[in-house]
Amino acid sequence: MVSVAKTQPEELSESMGAQERDASRSRWGRVFSYGVMVAIVVAVLLPLVPIFIWAFAGRWFYPDLLPEQLSLRAWQYVLSPASKALDAARVGGTIALVATVLSLVVGIPAGRALALYKFRGRQLVQFLILAPVIVPSLAVLMGIHIAFIRFGLAGTATGVTIAHLIGTTPYVVMVMSSVFSNYNPEFEEQARTLGAGPVRTFLHICFPMILPGVVVAGMFAFIISWGQYIVTLLISGGRVITVPLLLVNFASATDKPVTAALCLVFLIPSILIIIVTSKYLTGEEAALGGFGK
Amino acid sequence: MTQVCLQQLNKVFRGKGLVHAVKDLNLEIASGRITALLGPSGCGKTTTLKMIAGLLQPSSGDITFDGKSVLRIPPEKRGASMVFQNYLLFPYMSVGENVAFGLRMRHEDKKVIRKKVAEMLELVRLPGFEDRRPKQLSGGQQQRVALARALVIGPEVLLLDEPISNLDAHLRDEMRELIVSIQRELGITTIFVTHDQEEAVVLADKIALMFDGVLHQFDEPNVFYQRPASVKIARFFGGVNFLKGRKRGTQVETCLGVMNVDPQPIADGPVVLTIRPENLKLGEEGENRVRAVVRSRVYCGTHARYKVEADGCHFELVTDAANMQCFQEGDLVPLRFPREKIWLLPPEE
Repeated sequence: MVSVAKTQPEELSESMGAQERDASRSRWGRVFSYGVMVAIVVAVLLPLVPIFIWAFAGRWFYPDLLPEQLSLRAWQYVLSPASKALDAARVGGTIALVATVLSLVVGIPAGRALALYKFRGRQLVQFLILAPVIVPSLAVLMGIHIAFIRFGLAGTATGVTIAHLIGTTPYVVMVMSSVFSNYNPEFEEQARTLGAGPVRTFLHICFPMILPGVVVAGMFAFIISWGQYIVTLLISGGRVITVPLLLVNFASATDKPVTAALCLVFLIPSILIIIVTSKYLTGEEAALGGFGK
Repeated sequence: MTQVCLQQLNKVFRGKGLVHAVKDLNLEIASGRITALLGPSGCGKTTTLKMIAGLLQPSSGDITFDGKSVLRIPPEKRGASMVFQNYLLFPYMSVGENVAFGLRMRHEDKKVIRKKVAEMLELVRLPGFEDRRPKQLSGGQQQRVALARALVIGPEVLLLDEPISNLDAHLRDEMRELIVSIQRELGITTIFVTHDQEEAVVLADKIALMFDGVLHQFDEPNVFYQRPASVKIARFFGGVNFLKGRKRGTQVETCLGVMNVDPQPIADGPVVLTIRPENLKLGEEGENRVRAVVRSRVYCGTHARYKVEADGCHFELVTDAANMQCFQEGDLVPLRFPREKIWLLPPEE
């Protein structure tokens, strides 16, 4: 009894102290994180300002800070069939979408296995999956290209899609294994004892719980595939034109307004995806430990 | 009402070396009663529970419900619903959706589901909680939702993993009463797992005590106190007084002299004599009396705990407040072993 009476006030004051410390830490933490956020936003958005102005610029000569007159000429050209920009967006978007779905189909089970199961050779598998991130793709692309020529995949959208998987899959596996390492598979056992078969357990229990992670992984995969330049160029031999290929073309042709407008087209998916998924990245059940809280 | 039978059940895990989690377990679990699987952590009790649920496949042996083997029946069709230790309420569903989950999996009509969910939430004393989120509930409430979710599908067997050990002391009594009253009302065969002997005693009709994957004793709760099968079991149930001796008929020779005992079903020879702290009598003359020195005394309001020493042997005892004679540290007092309270155990290997 005596010891209880003694420890209680101490514990109380200790916990109060901890609360105060927590409060001040979170106050400074908030100031710090707002600062970092502003810095990131500025660093990301600032380079876009001149591109945005160029895309709508008519006459703009040195040393004017802003264009003399605005014009939609660049947009008219970019959106017309002559520029092939919309075609490139459609082709690139389809390739990116298919690559995303395929890498999710591979990456979700792989991430789950790496995070939840212990098996022989697990670290080797982990290394092999991450290898494409470490090894420069240019080094292996030649070999892949030769193999693709033999299989008739070179110069086709299918071939390009498969080659893009080399870049997208490791990221999906990484994101999904981090999602699954915070996942409690007992939820599935619980669902089984309540009458859900394996398929419905996945659909009703596992999938909703990993959905934020799937969205983030899919976003990664889509943007990686959408932005591939060298892989697309080498495998397609210029026969499959995606937006980055077109962009490099225009960039070397010194029509700045058209290049800038195409740049903005190139950025559209990224911006859309960020808007759509910001909910998952900042919500309480953030998909990634480092991104959330 | 379902009788659950475990026959020669074995489970071997392949990890770093082989781990024999459950060894030759035979258990007949009575229909419509509450049975506890009790043992220290890692004794194979949760493994056993998961095998009954169908979540783990036994390495050998059989599990039967009402005489029919269920080994080939997957968990979702076995009719054994389980409440896990950490409740596992699906976080993205409301309380109502959680409780309705099993019914939805059975494609029940929406109206029927709503009615059954409401009834079940009433039964666990959470009426009108359908729209709450699991996060808004206290631990005790989450536990009750998990119980409702398991019961609403009308399972043949209810499996509970550490049902009350996670709760605060004041909630435990409430939860215990709730589980017992619901179980009596529905008459459902209930098996639960716990490491806490007190939890097992207050909840269970029968206790199966396991150590290292082996069943040591399967009896009613009071038997574990009055007639434990071994020194290890007696210790697990809070036995502290052990005295080595040699039995000859109704007498046991010990280092404190000869003790008279009632006839007991144990062969003559070396034995361990045990007596529970509440049965030792301090300050009483009579048969089986030795002289002891009081080493410490703790007053606990309704009772007092003493530690005494007699000839180098240490004993602990509890006296109730009503006839509490007060002894001080260092007092030399008589210590009596009532013969009807002495229980003889086989010596430890």
